[in-house]
Amino acid sequence: MISTPSNAPALDRTIPPIIKDAVEFNLTLQPYQKRTLSNGAPLYYVNDGTEEVALVELVFNAGNCYETKNMTASATSHLLKNGTKNKSALEINEHFEYYGAHLNRSCRNEIASVTLHCLSKHLTVLLPVIKEILTESVFPERELDIFKQNSIQQLSVNLKKCDFVADRSIDQYLYGAQHPYGRVSTQADIQALTRKDVLDFYTDFYLNGSCQIFAAGKLPQDFEQILEVSLGDLRLHGQVPPVSYLTAPSTQKKSRVTNDASGVQGAIRIARPFPNRHHPDFKPAMVLNTLFGGFFGSRLMSNIREEKGYTYGIHSILENHLHESAWVISTEAGTDVCEATIAEVYKEMKILREELIDEEELLLVKNYMMGLTLGDLDGPFHVIARWKSLILNGLDDQFFYDYIQTVKTISAAQLQELSAKYLVPEDFFELVVI
Amino acid sequence: MVWLKFAAMIKFERFTLGNGLRVIVHVDKSTPMAVLDVIYDVGARDENPEQTGFAHLFEHLMFGGSVHIPSYDEPLQMAGGENNAYTTNDLTNYYLQLPAENIETAFWLESDRMLSLAFDENSLEVQRKVVVEEFKEHYINKPYGDVWHKLRTIAYKKHPYRWMTIGKELSHVENARLQDVKNFFFKHYTPVNAIVTVAGNVSVEEVRRLAQKWFGDLPPGQKYTRNLPKEPEQTAPAFLEVKAPVPLDALYKCWHMSSRLDRRYYIADLVTEILGGGASSRLYERLVKEQQLFSNIHCSHFGSADEGLLYISGRLVKGVKMADAEQAVSRELARIKTEPVGADELQKVKNKTESMMAFEDISLINRANSLATYELLGDAELMNQELQSYQSVTVEEVQKECAAIFVDSNCSTLHYLSNN
Repeated sequence: MISTPSNAPALDRTIPPIIKDAVEFNLTLQPYQKRTLSNGAPLYYVNDGTEEVALVELVFNAGNCYETKNMTASATSHLLKNGTKNKSALEINEHFEYYGAHLNRSCRNEIASVTLHCLSKHLTVLLPVIKEILTESVFPERELDIFKQNSIQQLSVNLKKCDFVADRSIDQYLYGAQHPYGRVSTQADIQALTRKDVLDFYTDFYLNGSCQIFAAGKLPQDFEQILEVSLGDLRLHGQVPPVSYLTAPSTQKKSRVTNDASGVQGAIRIARPFPNRHHPDFKPAMVLNTLFGGFFGSRLMSNIREEKGYTYGIHSILENHLHESAWVISTEAGTDVCEATIAEVYKEMKILREELIDEEELLLVKNYMMGLTLGDLDGPFHVIARWKSLILNGLDDQFFYDYIQTVKTISAAQLQELSAKYLVPEDFFELVVI
Repeated sequence: MVWLKFAAMIKFERFTLGNGLRVIVHVDKSTPMAVLDVIYDVGARDENPEQTGFAHLFEHLMFGGSVHIPSYDEPLQMAGGENNAYTTNDLTNYYLQLPAENIETAFWLESDRMLSLAFDENSLEVQRKVVVEEFKEHYINKPYGDVWHKLRTIAYKKHPYRWMTIGKELSHVENARLQDVKNFFFKHYTPVNAIVTVAGNVSVEEVRRLAQKWFGDLPPGQKYTRNLPKEPEQTAPAFLEVKAPVPLDALYKCWHMSSRLDRRYYIADLVTEILGGGASSRLYERLVKEQQLFSNIHCSHFGSADEGLLYISGRLVKGVKMADAEQAVSRELARIKTEPVGADELQKVKNKTESMMAFEDISLINRANSLATYELLGDAELMNQELQSYQSVTVEEVQKECAAIFVDSNCSTLHYLSNN
């Protein structure tokens, strides 16, 4: 029990405690350690932390952009765990799950990853099985059939959801249906997959593929050696296969779709093309995006959720693509307030184009972004994730430090100029899916 | 194979202020951040059955300004912080993370809104609408979205777990009045019903000083004594059939299980992992892969403080008869009741638990949330004892627990059928 001393000054709760402005912090990105394995695959890792856990992610240039038939890349990625020459799918899963480990795979547009999360002490018993699936997967016909059947079923459920349909459609408008970022798979596409498609893709992009490895955690002393022994003789080369991007945005700017006549909400997507991280406007746009719709205190949230109550959440993002990006505003709103929501979005764009942000709000956004980044640099997993993003985008930590500088120094005038350049309604696609 | 397990112990200190507020401090000098977590001993189970969804709606109102501070979020953002909150059937938890230098801002904000809210009519009006949109987004506008609304009402006859945290129905949320809000606040949101947990780059002395400074003069409030209607033992199976515009039939089955701190809880938790905890689990391997009766299948449980539900759920492959799906599930349950699980199979799920805890403990926010939740259950030290509880479970206990839970008279079933 603690008692208050009788001569303590009265507490004035209207006065906030003095803060240190996060905008003045000096943030540093912890460097990685690097080793090139004997097959040429680079290994980037951060050895740190308190918990004895490890993450190893193998990033292959095996994404959707390399397939000649829809769904091939993601099917191959998924079925890596579904049988090798010597192990059935069950045996592979039993092996990882017995050690409390997770082996996940994911397929994106340019890259496909195989990711291991495990207690560090189990790396030596788990990595050899990863090598096995990367060299001896056989993609049994039966496993492919089950995958196809269950994927088709999952797709039929997803197509009932207005947000799922809106997300696919907006990418088609932005990039065109032939672009890796805009292409979608249908049930017919899934049905048409053959074992040969998957085997050929595996041969070209995994067996004879190229790969970068990212790892983090409280790693064993001989970590580099362990990786070399397990993965150093994978038959990999260093070239990234070329990709062709056929960007063909839709000519139809506005769309209203009824996916479910009895829907009580509409999924709204308002989006425009935007350059990738290499463009000088990208970093300032990250700040503008935060202000506009990138956090709970954003212009969009403050108006459309906290003032009007039209939605549970509204956000804007700069899409996380490598080749080119898009600025996307996204929300689910009551059907009777969808049009009003869209009008408010454009109103907020107008305010940003025409009015300078005041000093206090600008400082708030800067402090918030710096504080968030500080928290996001905490621990080896966060650090390696940031490095992975930089490296896959062909960048280094200069991008990080320039980003920090941008947050610290961007002016109200610069934000207004950027808004005038990009936040123009006529440049946006507008879609509502009910 | 059994290896020595020493889970990293989470160190903390604990003290109580004069007004009954419990405070926990977990020091971690390796991070630049600090987390402040405030957990209130109130959840959906504590609601009036005619005014459900209130605890959750109230959570929203906590951000509408407190008696001395018109905006909660802005000063926190200015201090480089972010926050979130969640409500369950059992509790309401608010947490924020910010640079450790600015920890006093957290104390200022949280103590003022524990003291009193601004109780703004306009804020109630807006948050009612926001919660209505949340209700629509998650439970009305999604295929199979209303499953748990329906399943809870047939599984529970008396206990407040019969309604969802979001509310039994939209009208309860729409009809909430400001006076009800005020009553709710003064009944539940008081120091004697709250626990403050501070974690990160702080010192115990600093936290003691700040806790006393900002929370010390709050009136204690009345201790809330929970006296909930007890759920009578279920004596016959319950059943409901629903037809809906969904593409595929789905099966949901649930059984009553133990409360959180009962030893049987740990056994039941491991049972759900054996049955449906991943691609090597029994239900997945047999029913999805071998027999191809389901396109997906899950087995889990509420994790609730009072006696919760253990459930199996899955979507049937198109064309499969519900009777065949039910029979296949019955066969698996009969097997686990009559044949002891393999030693390796049990070891596997214990290893998964250990690994999961290690990964969870990486996050400062998770550690703070866990300490707060365990303290609310009775003792924060439980956090460091849990793994041992799991590791001591035997093959015989698993079999006995399955025999006790998986009986028809303990079961509620929902057939969710496509009306296409």
